[in-house]
Amino acid sequence: MSDNLLALEGVHTHIGAYHILHGVDLQVPRGQLTMLLGRNGAGKTTTLRTIMGLWKASRGRITLNGQDITAAPTPQIAGRGVAYVPENMGIFADLTVRENMLLAARSARTAAQIDEQRLKWIFSLFPAVEKFWNHPAGKLSGGQKQMLAVSRAIVEPRELLIIDEPSKGLAPAIINNMIEAFGELKRSGVTILLVEQNFNFAKRLGDTVAVMDNGQVVHAGGMKELAENEELQHSLLGLAI
Amino acid sequence: MNKLDLDWKPLALVPLLALLVLPFIGSPSTWLTLTVAGLAMGMIIFIIASGLTLVFGLMDVLNFGHGVFIALGAFVATSVLGSMADYTGSASLLQNLLAVLPAMVIAMLVAAGVGLAFERFIVRPVYGNHLKQILITMGGMIIGEELIKVIWGPLQIPLPLPEGMRGALLFGDAAIEKYRLIAVVVGVLVFGLLLWTLTRTKLGLLIRAGVQDREMVESLGYRIHVLFIGVFVAGSALAGLGGVMWGLYQQSVIPQMGAQVNVLIFIVLIIGGLGSTTGALIGALLVGLMANYTGFLVPKAALFSNIALMMAILLWRPQGVYALSK
Repeated sequence: MSDNLLALEGVHTHIGAYHILHGVDLQVPRGQLTMLLGRNGAGKTTTLRTIMGLWKASRGRITLNGQDITAAPTPQIAGRGVAYVPENMGIFADLTVRENMLLAARSARTAAQIDEQRLKWIFSLFPAVEKFWNHPAGKLSGGQKQMLAVSRAIVEPRELLIIDEPSKGLAPAIINNMIEAFGELKRSGVTILLVEQNFNFAKRLGDTVAVMDNGQVVHAGGMKELAENEELQHSLLGLAI
Repeated sequence: MNKLDLDWKPLALVPLLALLVLPFIGSPSTWLTLTVAGLAMGMIIFIIASGLTLVFGLMDVLNFGHGVFIALGAFVATSVLGSMADYTGSASLLQNLLAVLPAMVIAMLVAAGVGLAFERFIVRPVYGNHLKQILITMGGMIIGEELIKVIWGPLQIPLPLPEGMRGALLFGDAAIEKYRLIAVVVGVLVFGLLLWTLTRTKLGLLIRAGVQDREMVESLGYRIHVLFIGVFVAGSALAGLGGVMWGLYQQSVIPQMGAQVNVLIFIVLIIGGLGSTTGALIGALLVGLMANYTGFLVPKAALFSNIALMMAILLWRPQGVYALSK
């Protein structure tokens, strides 16, 4: 089996009359955190939504664990171990934190059936989730909602986490908290694909990086290489970040 | 919902309306009779509307054909109860229930079966297009009405109350019709069952989540379309049950009865907030009470009263009393 858990080959996506992705090639190595960077409108979110099957690729191929998921419906992709945290976090505001977590725990019928050890681990990463367990999720702050969104994605073991701009609109203290949590997630062995615009956030976490512009990946490589190469950074920063 | 965050203001509307009209009616016994009649009518409308509000909330589908399931339920009841004259003619309430309960169950099953076909052939091709949904579901209702005429004939058919359910109970000077009390009890049971399902089961959790964000529910690995078909079929079955209750309330059925009730249902859904079950209950009770109070106080304004009520509510809360977070 390839070292890449997820691979996109020449993926094109149209939304109505608009041609958004123009042949995206992207590899997400197993067990690593891949950063997807790019300016607004570069096609990052469309790439994630296409991977999740929320928008269908009009051309190209997407494989997960070597299996073609290009045309698979979203629930089937999720069922293969992919968790997705959208840019708007996708929190069910009228449900409590507990109910949000229970929904994501597909094997549990009640909150008591959620794996207790895993829940304790999540609470240690995001104490706010435990603190506001029985509160309506809509009442949480932006940072707390983001913590809930990530907690929900990891409430059961998943092979791949896809997260869209987790640092967006968050206070620096919360961002530091998120960086620590993602570091812990990395150490747990889960593969992560993370869209980000904050380069400082990205360089502290990423193992590999792909930079997008105009619906294509224009650079792919190691994050360390990009973080240490000022010239490359300059050309890509000007272009993309 | 967290108890501390319960929005109590809409809940207070029903007792507030009832208390506000008391001085205008004058006689407490007349007021009690009208109030119970209004609550009974409201409960029946709630049974009919509860499925539709979830259908709209969950899949953004405007089903203007919901009325056909009401008419279907009522007509099935005429056939079932007509064939059980020994039970309906008995003065024993138990024997009456032995006829009415099977009529309700059969009406619900028939409405559910037709609902399944309605979703597959009429609603499914027009997901995401409100204009087409309105046109094709109204067309579906017209076809349904015509098919009812083919099976049961175009004329009004009497649906008399079983013997033991007729008459009234006296509370002082107030006469409360037995059937209205039965309607209130059935309505409370349906509301309780719905509320329990929605708040205490994972299925209910999925429905509530789907009403808020369908895409996210799918991203969590659940097939929302299967859930929607289930809700559509259950909503059709509830409309069938409501049709039986409404037919017995009116003591007659006509093929156009669904279209007539449709207007009331949409007023209820708009008042309650599209997608909200508790909102639908409050809207239905307000509509039932308003119809009875104005029918007594200002009969000429009765037709207009529910529209006025809806306008007043929308001026207060433009998204209905319980707007959902989308």
